[in-house]
Amino acid sequence: MTTFTPTASEEVQSAVQWALAEDAPLEIVGHGSKRAIGHPVQAAHTLDLSGLTGVTLYEPEELVLSAKAGTPLAEIEAMLAARGQQFAFEPMDYGPLLGQPAGRGTIGGVLAANLSGPRRLKAGAARDHILGISAVSGRGEAFKSGGRVVKNVTGYDLSKGMAGSWGTLAVLTDVTFKVLPAAETETTLAIRGLYDEDAAAAMALAMGCSAEVSSAAHLPENLSSTVADGALAGESATLLRIEGFGPSVAYRIEHLKQLLRNAGRLDEIAENMSRAIWRDIRDCMPFADGTERPVWRISMAPADTHRMVLALRMEMAADAFYDWQGGLVWLRLETDPEADLVRQLVRKFGGGHATLVRANQAWRAALPVFQPQPGPLAALSARLKNEFDPKGILNPGRMAPVERSASVLTSGLTLSASESEGIS
Amino acid sequence: MSGLAMPKPDADTIRRRAEIVADMRIIVPGEGVVDTVNEMRVFESDGLTAYRQLPLVVVLPETVAQVSRILKYCNERNVRVVPRGSGTSLSGGALPLEDAVLLVMSRFNRILEIDYPNRTVVAQPGVTNLGITNAVEGEGFYYAPDPSSQIACSIGGNVAENSGGVHCLKYGLTANNVLGIEMVLMNGDVVRLGGKHLDSEGYDLLGVMTGSEGLLGVVTEVTVRILKKPETARALLIGFPSSEQAGQCVADIIGAGIIPGGMEMMDGPAIRAAEDFVHAGYPLECEALLIVELDGPGVEVDHLIGRVEAIGNRNGATTCRISQSEQERLTFWAGRKAAFPAVGRISPDYYCMDGTIPRKELPKVLHGMRELSEKYGLGVANVFHAGDGNLHPLILYDANIPGELDKAEQFGADILRLCVRVGGVLTGEHGVGVEKRDLMPEMFNQIDLDQQMRVKCAFDPNHLLNPGKVFPQLRRCAELGRMHIHGGKLPFPDIPRF
Ligand SMILES: Cc1cc2nc3c(=O)[nH]c(=O)nc-3n(C[C@H](O)[C@H](O)[C@H](O)COP(=O)(O)OP(=O)(O)OC[C@H]3O[C@@H](n4cnc5c(N)ncnc54)[C@H](O)[C@@H]3O)c2cc1C
Repeated sequence: MTTFTPTASEEVQSAVQWALAEDAPLEIVGHGSKRAIGHPVQAAHTLDLSGLTGVTLYEPEELVLSAKAGTPLAEIEAMLAARGQQFAFEPMDYGPLLGQPAGRGTIGGVLAANLSGPRRLKAGAARDHILGISAVSGRGEAFKSGGRVVKNVTGYDLSKGMAGSWGTLAVLTDVTFKVLPAAETETTLAIRGLYDEDAAAAMALAMGCSAEVSSAAHLPENLSSTVADGALAGESATLLRIEGFGPSVAYRIEHLKQLLRNAGRLDEIAENMSRAIWRDIRDCMPFADGTERPVWRISMAPADTHRMVLALRMEMAADAFYDWQGGLVWLRLETDPEADLVRQLVRKFGGGHATLVRANQAWRAALPVFQPQPGPLAALSARLKNEFDPKGILNPGRMAPVERSASVLTSGLTLSASESEGIS
Repeated sequence: MSGLAMPKPDADTIRRRAEIVADMRIIVPGEGVVDTVNEMRVFESDGLTAYRQLPLVVVLPETVAQVSRILKYCNERNVRVVPRGSGTSLSGGALPLEDAVLLVMSRFNRILEIDYPNRTVVAQPGVTNLGITNAVEGEGFYYAPDPSSQIACSIGGNVAENSGGVHCLKYGLTANNVLGIEMVLMNGDVVRLGGKHLDSEGYDLLGVMTGSEGLLGVVTEVTVRILKKPETARALLIGFPSSEQAGQCVADIIGAGIIPGGMEMMDGPAIRAAEDFVHAGYPLECEALLIVELDGPGVEVDHLIGRVEAIGNRNGATTCRISQSEQERLTFWAGRKAAFPAVGRISPDYYCMDGTIPRKELPKVLHGMRELSEKYGLGVANVFHAGDGNLHPLILYDANIPGELDKAEQFGADILRLCVRVGGVLTGEHGVGVEKRDLMPEMFNQIDLDQQMRVKCAFDPNHLLNPGKVFPQLRRCAELGRMHIHGGKLPFPDIPRF
């Protein structure tokens, strides 16, 4: 049981090469702030990247920043803020939801978990802002992909390939991200007292107009007190965020108020409070209750999300709120995560994917935490994993249980053969 | 063909041509199989017209099941396949091979679904880029990425090339606007990645597929997000005595927190060629011209126009015009949009390059280009997606003069080497194709290239889909897959640990 704490990329490579030669799998961690997501990893040794730190390049006018993978996200965000810039994709902080302190997490973890926030639809996720990487594959090979410029189609985009791979394909050592100017100001318009269905209609109207709403969410009455120190308590809140230059924000808020004048009571929420609200929605604070009750992060097209939730409630008690511009529904259940039912309903109401981001270890060991894939796609993913980490030494079992990954590979291949048989 | 080595045609496949054609006719009945030299002629090259090659046979499937059967058939019989959309690639991505089926996706030309509440469109891959905007503009929506070829190029080709356009600075490239695809792998498997929701589950294979140049799978359906048209758009036309000043102006605009809808630059030769052609009123004495377009609500646009104008003046602008009408805005753009044909008028042939550089390196790169221009004795005009550092040098040459094409190609390669040397890349949006294939080692070492090829091995282990493109050298997947683990055990590494 060794924990390696490399401080240079070459040391990361030696650690992986050693693990390969010993056939000794590694758990890859940054700050460990998201360690409780995914299947419990089966590895005797740990590769801890929190010592591999440092911003190696920041050119605000070129909108680019490079850092070693273990650099704290908080440190980078402070550095950007000092120059009026930001990661436009608003990487969420899983800490509070998972019973960890807030403000932890490394920049490598941001990409490995493909973090995003309530501006997702407009501004993208980590995958949309990554420009280049250096990494060490499960073969112990140090490689790079991409570069430091925004427009680049030279070869396959392996940088995007690392997004959402949870450390199972390669160990990131360096990342280069695009950064953007932060909005000059923001205001949120809250419609009070709507039920889910009317809220969804108001949201569709607002997002389909030219006011350039950057975030849209709905907190039902029972959850409205859980953000921004209770500032929205009392009634449900349907929230629409407008960001940009002062005169533009004022104009667009007026436009929205006109459009929604019959929707319900409208409250205007000024800059600081608006920021606090969206940070809490980003971090799923409504469910940061200090428990291990199951929480689902469900990615679905927005229009039918409330119908999915309604159908679920016919079967069981569930708390839900909608981060529509994040493309998400967040669900909290009582004890059993009900994985099959949740995923069946997601499929029924238009499709998407559901990740069990919080559950106790027993549930996480027993259930598919990540959305199971159809045969041919599962087989393709398994082949990719096998190309990059043939001995299964990087975070084994994280995205699929150890026993299963082998069977997924074979059953996927047989399934795909028989399915394509059916077509021909 | 100037010295470009393509994979050796497979004699066995060529011998079996008649049989393969007959089998294709069984899979795609009717008009969908083209095998006469005359009819195949139109497919012998794409937008990189210096390279031509007749394919083994042209097949135009109409259904996903047909695509799946064709690929499975070819996979089992070791027959190569080259996918093609509209054939506008500027890097030879859709260049046929003598022993390969050319799989043309143009009959997949229907929009399948428009979903306004979720602001998505599902289209078949042969629908043109502009076709998507046309389908939704009645409701005030549009599809943001706008390559200059948008009337002709297909959305499937856009996915394969991760195409960009002048609006990508603010609204992102194809990769940032595509939500999902359906594709067929070489073994016939039909796979869906993403959908109307965001971010595919599991590995980001959608991200990997976008820009993969037809080497990983054949795209059979695309789901994109659409945006509401901005309320207004206005443009500034700002002229400078030097490209350094124009470059600094661009940096200052972005430094002020302004991300324009579009920000384009032209150099002296490009300004003069365009003005001669379309009479847009460009200032002929300038050495650099910026078009900065601001879009959004009227108040915002007015507010920002003032700020951009001030930044221009601070950087020594000699002219600054602000569009006062939609007509005038379009006139500002007319010259830029016609830059390629305009250059085509002053030179018998031109060769369009596509490197990207860190913006601050612009003066150095333009200077280097002038030196190269003298060295090769060929002229060059530059149009430039200034906001994101994507250069389009147009090298002027005459293909009828023996040796000039070769010279133009060497000049182009030197420009791209220069781009890489200053921290940039070989291609910003046109793709590697065959054109920049042999320059890949300028950017990547063998280990880097091996990782890319391993992706290829996961998708198409027999290298049957679009071989000869992108990779300078093909390595067998079996050989790549071998593990080189140190014979004995490695010593415990000397790394800090707990
Ligand atoms: C005048 C002109 C202007 C241009 N301007 C721009 C510009 O502003 N920005 C820009 O980015 N590009 C530009 N281009 C380049 C070109 O239009 C784009 O690369 C476009 O996306 C190619 O689309 P296509 O349908 O013509 O694809 P093709 O040329 O047919 O094919 C391109 C590549 O995609 C593959 N492919 C095509 N369809 C599929 C499919 N369904 N599945 C899998 N692979 C497929 C092919 O194998 C090939 O490798 C321009 C080209 C021209 C001629």
